[in-house]
Amino acid sequence: MTTAALAPEHPLTRRVSPAAAVRHTATLAWRNLVQIKHNPMELVDLSIQPIMFVLLFAYVFGPSMTGSVQAYLPVVIPGIIAQNALFAGMSTGFGLNSDLTKGVYDRFRSLPIARSAPLAGRIIADTVKQAWSMFILLTVGFIIGFRIHTNPLAVVGAFLLLLAFAILFSWTSVFIAMKVNEPEKVQIFGFVVIFPLSFLSTAFIKSTHGIPDWLAWVIRNNPVTQLVEAMRGLLLGGPVLDHAVVALAWGLGITLIFAPLSLRAFKQRA
Amino acid sequence: MSYAIQAEGLEKRFGETRALSGVSLTAEPGTVLGVLGPNGAGKTTTTRILATLIEPTSGHATVGGYDVVKQAHQVRQLVGLTGQYAGVDEMLTGTENLVMIGRLLGQSRRASKARAAELLERFDLVEAAGRPAKTYSGGMRRRLDLAASLVGRPQILFLDEPTTGLDPRSRGGLWNIVRGLTADGVTVLLTTQYLEEADQLADDIVVIDRGQVIAHGTSDALKAQVGGQVLEVRPVQASDAETVTAIVADLSGATPETVDGLVSVPITDPALMPAVVRRLDDANVPVGELSLRKSSLDEVFFALTGHHTDDVDAEADELVRAETEGARA
Repeated sequence: MTTAALAPEHPLTRRVSPAAAVRHTATLAWRNLVQIKHNPMELVDLSIQPIMFVLLFAYVFGPSMTGSVQAYLPVVIPGIIAQNALFAGMSTGFGLNSDLTKGVYDRFRSLPIARSAPLAGRIIADTVKQAWSMFILLTVGFIIGFRIHTNPLAVVGAFLLLLAFAILFSWTSVFIAMKVNEPEKVQIFGFVVIFPLSFLSTAFIKSTHGIPDWLAWVIRNNPVTQLVEAMRGLLLGGPVLDHAVVALAWGLGITLIFAPLSLRAFKQRA
Repeated sequence: MSYAIQAEGLEKRFGETRALSGVSLTAEPGTVLGVLGPNGAGKTTTTRILATLIEPTSGHATVGGYDVVKQAHQVRQLVGLTGQYAGVDEMLTGTENLVMIGRLLGQSRRASKARAAELLERFDLVEAAGRPAKTYSGGMRRRLDLAASLVGRPQILFLDEPTTGLDPRSRGGLWNIVRGLTADGVTVLLTTQYLEEADQLADDIVVIDRGQVIAHGTSDALKAQVGGQVLEVRPVQASDAETVTAIVADLSGATPETVDGLVSVPITDPALMPAVVRRLDDANVPVGELSLRKSSLDEVFFALTGHHTDDVDAEADELVRAETEGARA
């Protein structure tokens, strides 16, 4: 390189234009997706794990839960879709933390790009991954006998609801990502919180019959239960709005608490 | 004369910890400013403020004439940053990393690919271009990191300990790259804990210790400031060491040190040398080795701080810990 480094190629801009911000976000979304190409394990996470869960739950638990595999599918498919979305939401925090600890985030912040682009790019990439996982789960479900009883619009609605809840909920993982010094700790948090949270819901059961009253109360008031019930309504028919509103209200509440906490932690960390 | 980098009274506190307590420095365009100091002295904090990653608690700085706080966006268009930890995406290949930066800087797809190929060639990474960066060695990662900071042809480059942890060969390679950049007119701010590195590369040196600038000037000026030169005499017979010590002490007025039969004393007046030779001749002391050399930067550091650069590590570790914890609290 012998070209003069003295004069900048373009006159300096005073701020990032909205069009440039969109381009930055798109580039960083691409960056988060192209990683999959070099890290096939992530594809396993996104595809094989959900498939395995569906098959194991349907064929091992199905008969004892509802008498048959077929009768259990309407219960378990929406449940696993919801659980999977929550786990996938953890990857937002995991990726964010590795960027922070490995200096990648410093590089982004030293560039003249929109401040929101790194996070927005990640969320968009995660949305694509969420769509892929849901598609895989519905396909596997279809193959083994799960049928959607509503219309395509309701399925889109189910995806949007799932996505909205996952993004709102993922602020918890973003907050943890800001607080810890290793990406693995974000994963541990994911397991410790999401495992009980998804099992203490109606994600894998048809009713709370036989469960002690206090535990049934916990299950009924778990936001995951509301999300799962709304998903069932959207995929199979039944009440949707009440459940969706409560689930989103929970999500908003979580965001209102954890988004400011995350920003504060980020400023202290930087 | 406008400076490429100018900082005045930068202070930074992380909670209770004072990382910087009043750092001022300047760098003229096209020069290398070496920021020298032990671990935890505040070098990284200074760099991060100048590169707009953090804001100072108080004080003021401009880079390329733009305020690092109020005009951070303009500053970011002029600078490149290579951090202490290689800021490359390990999951992406070398090419993908550089193309990504190019695209973020507004280059077209074609231009960003051409620029990536050019930089990979220049940094000897062509063979590894298609492999994910996680398969790279430490030296290769640093080179990729440096390449990434050059994608936008910055006028001002911040290199935060670019050679820490590198083997001597990789270090020499990086030095050559830095020299090439200044030949292109780039202003470089380089932090280092290696005195030799500052001596080799920097036009001007700022010595930082415990968040404060304790000396600044050219490498030569710093050496002159703290005594400048060292006179060393090794008598042929070890038994003559005492006579030599007496003569040298008498003429220099300082206290000589004797290590392994080599008598050395810091001096400020080069005219002392012939006098020493005459007196040794008069005393009939055969001399095996007689030299006058500039003090090493380590001696400079000792004279300035009262501790050797190696001594401070334990202390510094504690400071670094405090700095990190402060940042995370």
